[in-house]
Amino acid sequence: MITLKINGVQKSFQGDPEMPLLWYLRDVLGLTGTKFGCGVALCGSCTIHVNGEAVRSCVTPVKAAEGKSVTTIEGLASAQGLHPVQKAWIAANVPQCGYCQPGQIMQAAALLKTNSNPSDKDIDEAMSGNICRCGTYQRIRTAIKAAAKEAR
Amino acid sequence: MNTIQNFSRRDFVKGMFSAGAFVLCAQASPLKLLADHPLGTPSDPVGGTAFHPSMWLGIEPDGSVIIVAHRSEMGSGSRTGVPVILADELEADWKRVRLVQAIGDAKYGSQNTDGSHSIRDFFEVMRQAGATARTMLEQAAAQKWNVPASECEAKVHTVVHKSSGKKLGFGELASAAAKLPVPAKESIKLKPRSAWRYIGKETSLYDLKDIVTGKAGFGMDASVPGMLHAVVARPPVFGGTVKSFDDKEALKVPGVRMTATIDPFKPPHNFQPLGGVAVLADSTWAAMQGREKLKVEWENGLNASYNSAEFRKQLEATARQPGKVFRDVGNVDTEFAKGGKVIESEYYAPHLAHAPMEPPVAVAEFRDGKVEAWTCTQNPQDVQETVASVLGIKKEDVTCHVTLLGGGFGRKSKPDYVAEAAVLSKKAGKPVKVVWTREDDIKFDFFHSVAAMYMKAAIGANGMPTAWLQRSAFPPIGSTFESGQRVSDAGEMNLGWSDTPWNIPNLRAEHGPAAHHVRIGWFRSVANIYHAFAIHSFADELAHAAGRDPLEYMLALLGPDRIIDRKLLPTDFPNMGGTYEEYPIDTARLRHVARKAAEMAGWGKRAKLKGEGMGIAFHRSFLTYVATVARVTVDGAGKLRIHQIDTAIDAGTIVNRDTVNNQIQGAAVFGASLALMGEITATNGVIDQSNFGDYPVCHMEDAPEKINVHIVESTAPPAGVGEPGVPTIAPAICNAIFAATGKRVRELPISKTKLA
Repeated sequence: MITLKINGVQKSFQGDPEMPLLWYLRDVLGLTGTKFGCGVALCGSCTIHVNGEAVRSCVTPVKAAEGKSVTTIEGLASAQGLHPVQKAWIAANVPQCGYCQPGQIMQAAALLKTNSNPSDKDIDEAMSGNICRCGTYQRIRTAIKAAAKEAR
Repeated sequence: MNTIQNFSRRDFVKGMFSAGAFVLCAQASPLKLLADHPLGTPSDPVGGTAFHPSMWLGIEPDGSVIIVAHRSEMGSGSRTGVPVILADELEADWKRVRLVQAIGDAKYGSQNTDGSHSIRDFFEVMRQAGATARTMLEQAAAQKWNVPASECEAKVHTVVHKSSGKKLGFGELASAAAKLPVPAKESIKLKPRSAWRYIGKETSLYDLKDIVTGKAGFGMDASVPGMLHAVVARPPVFGGTVKSFDDKEALKVPGVRMTATIDPFKPPHNFQPLGGVAVLADSTWAAMQGREKLKVEWENGLNASYNSAEFRKQLEATARQPGKVFRDVGNVDTEFAKGGKVIESEYYAPHLAHAPMEPPVAVAEFRDGKVEAWTCTQNPQDVQETVASVLGIKKEDVTCHVTLLGGGFGRKSKPDYVAEAAVLSKKAGKPVKVVWTREDDIKFDFFHSVAAMYMKAAIGANGMPTAWLQRSAFPPIGSTFESGQRVSDAGEMNLGWSDTPWNIPNLRAEHGPAAHHVRIGWFRSVANIYHAFAIHSFADELAHAAGRDPLEYMLALLGPDRIIDRKLLPTDFPNMGGTYEEYPIDTARLRHVARKAAEMAGWGKRAKLKGEGMGIAFHRSFLTYVATVARVTVDGAGKLRIHQIDTAIDAGTIVNRDTVNNQIQGAAVFGASLALMGEITATNGVIDQSNFGDYPVCHMEDAPEKINVHIVESTAPPAGVGEPGVPTIAPAICNAIFAATGKRVRELPISKTKLA
């Protein structure tokens, strides 16, 4: 049995320990905000936080999160309201189809944790693994900068 | 017959609206639809005439306005953009509007969210519906106050009596309005443009907050209690079949419940499943693991001879030969026979895969001879048709619920994946969710066609062409619907080939036959991609050969401002469904966007340095005029960087400026992906690519660094927006590369050409 915390709630999992967190979250827990895009860590749609760091849940087995704390898009907002990144995404009207955006938002939130004033190059590097097929990159960049400013 | 009717308190609207609601419905399509699809005709028709309900609008006693969104949302903004038109005419407060997504039903008219149609096809009907409801609310208030209706005016969810200042909310008027007859269409006054509250302004997507909090429901998120998760092993070669399979090891995987076969399609393949063997399990992961263990022996069939390199040679040979003539102005042969200077050039563009971020996925439940499906589809009525035909049931017995789509780009108007889920549900006796992995998505797509183009011009005085011949060859989309179809139709030629706007006395557009060896399907902006690539690259080549500025040269090719004479266009010219009177080819609008894009980019002041360049292309597609200037640099190692894209768009009347801006920004990235790196190839009939590693698309760091969008203010009828931003991108980038390096790119993707 594997125990871990998901969005602050203690969970225990008795299934295949090799199952990627992505499918545990989606198929077992019904937390469908984390998306399946490629299955091999090439697109970033499945990005979540494990102990605060952005990871690709599609290639992270449940056992790798044993005893750790997982945050998904559903758990990003706090009692005080939406996360600054989410607010910035709304203000900049970032999404088109929206499918990749939970992953983009989780990646951006992780970036801002360690870098409160990212440059264009920092943003490129941090976001380089997250694909948006609709092509909203310019707005994503705008929103990250706005969120950083707001959070400072 | 009135096209808008009062359906308040009718039994058949129960469930969608409360008993006290004021419900109007607008007929979206002409009477033909009524005759074709007698579905949903109310048993107690208003006015004693059978009426075919279409677009629904309800006002609840609590004041909430409910609008049925009948077009799919795949990121192009239709789910917000179409209802907001109605809300504007209604004088509703958009914050108090609730959307209900329509199921697939012919009563809504076309729901096929494709071809950049949503706004232009439904603009007038939505306005009429909103204005009619507004008028009835004003009449209801007038009755209550016992004053003439002309003294009452709807303003932001309220009707005001102008002289006394008395007010009643829409909710308070709903029950009275529900009892009124629908006024004649002629008596309805549409709002003047100056009074538009939402049209032409910026409205955020209805689902925006749900998207950023992870609550938005996509096809991938659909679930039904007790469902099994399935993945399918499909024939690796198009048209292949299962010879035999061994599922012993697959069934040993924990969580795997069963395997089941899916029959191969019967030609023409249409949107039928490809066939194969499915693994059904308790979770997606278990199903994927099971498929890994499945041993299938395939019969590959005739298409195992498909090799992209050889096929390219055939296509190019075809394009060099005379083909079917789709447009013929003057006589190019006579002009070429004069023996003056001639310039020839050839271009090539490969197959592409749509690769929406959400791969195809569907949940279906077969029960008692009927199917209920939940899926990300651009066309729920085609889901009904396809599922019905594959299962041998009636279309009316298929209910299709439409989720949000994680991208579509044309892929999700082809519902083979929904039919797979329905077939498997019937076999399993349980609801089944079929998930396509990214590898499935890329290997088994309905691919954008591979194409070869041959161009020839006779050059006269000032370096301007006196004759222009263009020939293309590519497997047509029609091959999906008619076995053995090798030549495109007028519709596909209308996509940037038979509608070339150049003012050249001798101009011919031809098209040669090609067989298909994979499934071919429409892809965002379709044949415009390779047509515009060839036409605007060739125009740039001629400009440089003449030693002239490309912008000035292309504007000279375009000729004087004019409406292109209908007689100079093919007799069979669909014009993307627009009448030529309403949507003519207006070269002044093309010239205007070209000048605008050039001005935005600083074309006249551009640096003429080695390794840096600008390129321009302008193109009319989906009845919309678009021009793009690209600014690129190419370093000593041949590394290309797109620094800036400036696009000007004239799409006529705009509904949602923010959506248009976002679509054009996105089109620049989508266009850059196919220009820089997109390529699908086949070896022995098997697609070589499988995921974003070998079928890359733009990431943030290789997308254009800066994209500027200018939207032309226009009162012309609304035209398309989702697609027309794409075609100019590749030729503008390639022309910029030439300006920077002197190297002409004649083949996409650009990565095939060494730039250093």
